[in-house]
Amino acid sequence: MLRFIVRRLLQLIPTLGGLSILLFVWLQRLPGGPEYALLPDDATPEQRAMLRRSLGLDEPLMVQYLAFLRRIAQGDLGTSLQTSRPVLDEFFLRFPATFELGVTAILIAVIIGLPLGYLAARRRGTILDFAAVGGSLLGICTPVFFLAFILKVVFAEGMGWFPSAFRLSPGLTRTDITGFVVLDGVMTREWDVVWDALAHLALPGLALASIPLAVITRMTRASVLEVMEEDYVRTANAKGLHRTTVRTRHVLRNALLPVVTAVGLLTGSLFAGAVLTESVFAFPGIGSFVYIATQERDYPVLTGFILLIATMYVFINLLVDISYSLLDPRVRAQ
Amino acid sequence: MPTTPSSQSPSETEEKTPLHKRKAAKVDRLAELMGDRGDDGHGAGVWREAFGRMRRSPMAISGAIIVVMFLLVALFSPLIAPYSPTSQAWGSEVFPNRNEFVGPRAENWLGLDHLGRDMFSRMVIGARQTLMVGVVATFVGFLFGALLGGVAGGCTVLGGRWGRQVDNVIMRVIDMMLALPSLLLAVTVAALVGPSLTTVMLAVGIAQIPIFARLLRGAMISQGNREYVLAAQAMGVRSHKIALTHILPNSMGPVLVQSTLTLATAIIDAAALSYLGLGNPDANFPEWGTMLSEAQRFLSSAPALAVYPALGIIITALGFTLLGESLREALDPKLRK
Repeated sequence: MLRFIVRRLLQLIPTLGGLSILLFVWLQRLPGGPEYALLPDDATPEQRAMLRRSLGLDEPLMVQYLAFLRRIAQGDLGTSLQTSRPVLDEFFLRFPATFELGVTAILIAVIIGLPLGYLAARRRGTILDFAAVGGSLLGICTPVFFLAFILKVVFAEGMGWFPSAFRLSPGLTRTDITGFVVLDGVMTREWDVVWDALAHLALPGLALASIPLAVITRMTRASVLEVMEEDYVRTANAKGLHRTTVRTRHVLRNALLPVVTAVGLLTGSLFAGAVLTESVFAFPGIGSFVYIATQERDYPVLTGFILLIATMYVFINLLVDISYSLLDPRVRAQ
Repeated sequence: MPTTPSSQSPSETEEKTPLHKRKAAKVDRLAELMGDRGDDGHGAGVWREAFGRMRRSPMAISGAIIVVMFLLVALFSPLIAPYSPTSQAWGSEVFPNRNEFVGPRAENWLGLDHLGRDMFSRMVIGARQTLMVGVVATFVGFLFGALLGGVAGGCTVLGGRWGRQVDNVIMRVIDMMLALPSLLLAVTVAALVGPSLTTVMLAVGIAQIPIFARLLRGAMISQGNREYVLAAQAMGVRSHKIALTHILPNSMGPVLVQSTLTLATAIIDAAALSYLGLGNPDANFPEWGTMLSEAQRFLSSAPALAVYPALGIIITALGFTLLGESLREALDPKLRK
């Protein structure tokens, strides 16, 4: 087991190394480059040259790349051009908001998607099945930012059921312990804060949940359908086991394995979705920060964000591999 | 102990990889399935059977109808559009800052946009631009993906130990690209190159490369074990000729199915890029993604301006997805019944 983990960790090195080269090369190929973003259009060539020198842009490529790697290894992702503060600090500051939003989205997707997918498979060919499959296809085909806008206009601005922006209503006092608003509220028993924060999470969470929800519903359906055809299910039925036992112990348990692990791997697309959703709801997380970075050509933030996601994705992949070999003896046996 | 799927043949991957590599496994499954054709001497059988099955599937039929309608509108758009999409002929009737918009009426079927341009003409011409973005992006992904996948697959099948090394290197790069969500990959490319229509098409296309590459490689490897390849080798046909004229043409099926699905993704991703401000900076230019992100500003006062392009995107993407998914389903005996 340990050997397997070490080997998988070693396999990460070329992947992440290659990614850093790719990012670095991209950064080099920028037309204009950051000095155009930082300086006014009428800056003299001398001013540009000076800025290039102060940013280390006039060194040989190899030197620049090694410096780039050294900084990343030290956790230094550069300084944001918008805020002049370290990118990593900015990410840490905004991480709790995005994390809460992501968890909300995953919870919505799982709580609705699992039962829906299961029922659709059990009642295959009925209206319910048709609606579930059609609905999830529709969910995949709807641009996330448009869905977010519609939710905002209808339920926040139109009906007024939910707040339309930010994490908390202005004027609400709260005790900051961890940066996670909901968690802090529960810990300090400030229930008005918890309630307010949840209301702020509802709409962006729902918009962000659209794609995971669609994926989970379809996966659960397909997985349950496949498992129901398995020999062991027929055997269990033939043995005269109670229907509920077969459904929970045999069908559901085996069908959920791939679904549960896939949930972890939706992280990458969740972050991409967060960029679109958070900006619509002015939700102060990593997503809106990156959204502004794309507008402002804040390259350190963009590279940092991509490295962050790629690293997370690769590590989650590793965790999933490990957990899978723990859960499924067939994988381990190879 | 699981190894990375790229070093295995697709059939092994299907059996042994943990299901979490679904993105990869799904691609490989498609590659493997279509590789089965031609084994029993009835080359067209699988396809004919699949089309027969699709004719009875409501999903496939609705998908096909949507796609055909969209293609017709896009191809003949200059004939259908009653006005120029950029002419602001009715500019004096619309005041966005006073929330005065013009809805549907006899001369402007879908009303006017915020600059007094005919919405119907913009939608119709926009269909053509949207199709172009989708097709070019798909083609970019297809071309480079097929190139990488083809080289990797060809090397694995015919290149011996050296070939497997080449394959290994290529597949590492592909796995690296698969590690990023496609939209994010596209955002990166677009953000780094700067906003333009070409950027959108390139960015969305590049994001699709790993999928195409993996698909073609898988299909070629599964073709590599067939008797006809052995026969060609026994007859002394050169390796590159076997790869190009025998294996490659027989491996294109799954890639074509994927293209249908990619068109949908490309259209949605292009819209997201436009929203992020990385799309075509020329707002005159009618493309559904650009129109949608333009219209967001007026969503509360004139929702129709956003709803039309959004519906266009959703319905078109749905059409291509339905068609692609049902084609895949029709070809896969496991998903059938």
